[in-house]
Amino acid sequence: MIPEIGHYALILALCVAVVQGVLPIYGAAVRNSSLMAVAKPAARGQFLLVLTAFCCLGYAFAVKDFSVLYVAATSNSQLPLHYRLAAIWGAHEGSLLLWMFILSIWMVAVSFFSTHLPEAMRARILGVMGLVSVGFLLFMLTVSNPFERLIPAALDGRDLNPLLQDPGMVIHPPMLYMGYVGFSVAFSFAIAALLGGTLDAAWARWSRPWTTVAWCFMTVGVAMGSGWAYYELGWGGWWFWDPVENASFMPWLAGTALMHSLAVTDKRGGFKAWSVLLAIMAFSLSLLGTFLVRSGVLTSVHAFATDPKRGLFILVFLAIVIGGSLVLYAWRAPRVGLGGGFALISREGMLLANNVLLVAALGSVLLGTLYPLFLDALDLGKISVGPPYFDTVFLPLMTPAIFLMGIGPLAQWKQASLPALAIRLRWAFGVSLVTAVVVPWLMGQWTPLVTLGLLMAFWILATIVVDLRERLLQAEGGGSIGGRVALLPRAYWGMVVAHAGVALFIVGVTMVKGFEAEQDVRMNVGETATLGGYTFRFDGTQQVNGPNYVAARGTIHVSQDGKEVTVMYPEKRRYFVQNQTMTEAAIATGLLRDLYVSLGEPLEGGAWSVRLYHKPFIDWIWGGCLVMAAGGILAISDRRYRLAWRRKEATVPVEAQLARPTVT
Amino acid sequence: MRWLWVLLLLIPSFATAYEASPLAANPQAEARLKALAVELRCLVCQNQTLADSNAPLAEDLRREVREMIAKDLTDKEIIDFLVSRYGDFVLYRPPWKLTTTLLWVGPFLLLGVGAIGLVFALRRRQKKMTDVTLSEAEHNRVTQLLSEGARRP
Repeated sequence: MIPEIGHYALILALCVAVVQGVLPIYGAAVRNSSLMAVAKPAARGQFLLVLTAFCCLGYAFAVKDFSVLYVAATSNSQLPLHYRLAAIWGAHEGSLLLWMFILSIWMVAVSFFSTHLPEAMRARILGVMGLVSVGFLLFMLTVSNPFERLIPAALDGRDLNPLLQDPGMVIHPPMLYMGYVGFSVAFSFAIAALLGGTLDAAWARWSRPWTTVAWCFMTVGVAMGSGWAYYELGWGGWWFWDPVENASFMPWLAGTALMHSLAVTDKRGGFKAWSVLLAIMAFSLSLLGTFLVRSGVLTSVHAFATDPKRGLFILVFLAIVIGGSLVLYAWRAPRVGLGGGFALISREGMLLANNVLLVAALGSVLLGTLYPLFLDALDLGKISVGPPYFDTVFLPLMTPAIFLMGIGPLAQWKQASLPALAIRLRWAFGVSLVTAVVVPWLMGQWTPLVTLGLLMAFWILATIVVDLRERLLQAEGGGSIGGRVALLPRAYWGMVVAHAGVALFIVGVTMVKGFEAEQDVRMNVGETATLGGYTFRFDGTQQVNGPNYVAARGTIHVSQDGKEVTVMYPEKRRYFVQNQTMTEAAIATGLLRDLYVSLGEPLEGGAWSVRLYHKPFIDWIWGGCLVMAAGGILAISDRRYRLAWRRKEATVPVEAQLARPTVT
Repeated sequence: MRWLWVLLLLIPSFATAYEASPLAANPQAEARLKALAVELRCLVCQNQTLADSNAPLAEDLRREVREMIAKDLTDKEIIDFLVSRYGDFVLYRPPWKLTTTLLWVGPFLLLGVGAIGLVFALRRRQKKMTDVTLSEAEHNRVTQLLSEGARRP
């Protein structure tokens, strides 16, 4: 009964979505206020309906209703409750429901935080979001229904893939989807502006905070995915250039470019058409990512052919969204004004150059991800595109981008002078170069790549220091340092923090790549191994029973200079239902290094093969990402956005709002 | 009491006396294997390098590579052998061929096209952009508006 309610709620949601997608947009075109007013209640109603469906599926998982096909396929009676609930997004159908649920959350958010927008704009935005949800709901209801019954019911479920039975699974997909789907807001703003022909600086100002919020979620989501792979997969890597990872990385790159381009549109009125294009790109890549990961096309092109209905729907949907918005773009964008003029050497010029680099990087990831699929589909042979390819291609594209990242914030808008910039930055460059050469040498192993990496990181930090110093000296009126710091806008601090996060990230990547050490040893009980100055003593394993698995848990005492540092408990688990063995690595986290121990295979006499890693600075990789996201949050807490939010609290009659369409 | 002291003294020496032995008989060969294996694909896995995979087939393949290293084959000979047996699929760094030209050239082509497009777009933009000169009256109006704006809190 409950699953049918969920199914029914989805059908109703589809009806509401159709209304929401058609009436407000039409109303905006004919300036009919009452048609436009449909958008808000429709968005909220749709949210309630999708929420109902989501809860129904959650309930089916909670009560172990194995007469629902999806529940039987992705959970099991022994699976603990929190993983049963996380199993909602454990496979294709449920992930789409999660996607849809999050889309409806964003819609409600837009309906609440858009009262300062002109009504036509808001109606169009919610209308476009409604159309997107029509696509997703249709997809679910026709070929990918999570509420499909299994009659007769299964006695027990096939269980969630043990790899996914991890706290990371509970939080990572919702986080990532908040980012993916968040770009639908930026997309809808762009399409609404194209439809209305109101592509101006105000449009950029409105869509900036939404884009930044989505980008923050995306950053945290991608970082969490990487961290999850690091501790769950058990071989110590943190990024594999796996197609699934690439699928989440591409929208991130597009979103990053979009944020920077919107900054120019907002401040200087330029790059309007380009910003719109990037918004379309970011969302299209989010869609592509969702479908790439969930359609099975990555495992094999032929998996696609086994279920042609789904594949066809996906292709048509992608074609409509991407093709439709590009046609609209081609039709409307040429009428967009140019905005303020600027020279090639200017902050605008550098941001644009950085955008080109980011998009080229994005194109390479796309190429590397899809190329094997195309070759295979065209029967031109099977190839693998992996880390060596991406590393080779990415480094030359990202190095100039990072270099520009240091200069850009110091360059003036409109027109900057290269010689003047060079003089302002010569110390920053000198200091970062010397440090980058000396530090690896002090650490005992000098390689050009480590120096290059550190140079980029120190360059970012040094230019931030130069920039901050100049601005604080110039800040008027604030006598004390504290007062001057407070005078700089939060949006500026957000940029500083986010850029510093990139530097931390680069430090982490460089140090891990340059200085990590590993050892594969056969350890008898009581034997020791030394790595990176730490001594690991293996004290045997014992059997541990989990809720749905049995594990051999090793005990490893770690000491440094005779003093015990920590005790680590790596596990080798066997999950009953799928009879799958999993390696649960033990990680001792630290600011300057991680110790990482994973159990290999049992050998004779209680001995085990054990893999030990010493990974310097690896947590800086994720720390850097969190700092980037913190920068984004700081930026949207800027005064002018708070003012905009506050303004909406004073209830303004609709007519009055229509009368002043460009209020910001 | 004395025996306890003896025991206490013994324990740490007992613990440090035995160094765990490396899994590999020949650490140098193992390092070479590792360097090769990170560029090779585990053929039966979703997306794992030969170095990372625990699949039995990966284990076999690693043993074979180890044997080839023991026979003193060069890296190129080993890779050629693997490609002849499993095809290009085994290589994570796709070889330069007619069919992969676009893959390798693409990123830099994109960058080049982007850079040229950027310069052209900016040139064209500059041409379109004519400096708007303000008339005296307009200028006065702007100054007036600006000062009004400044006076407002």
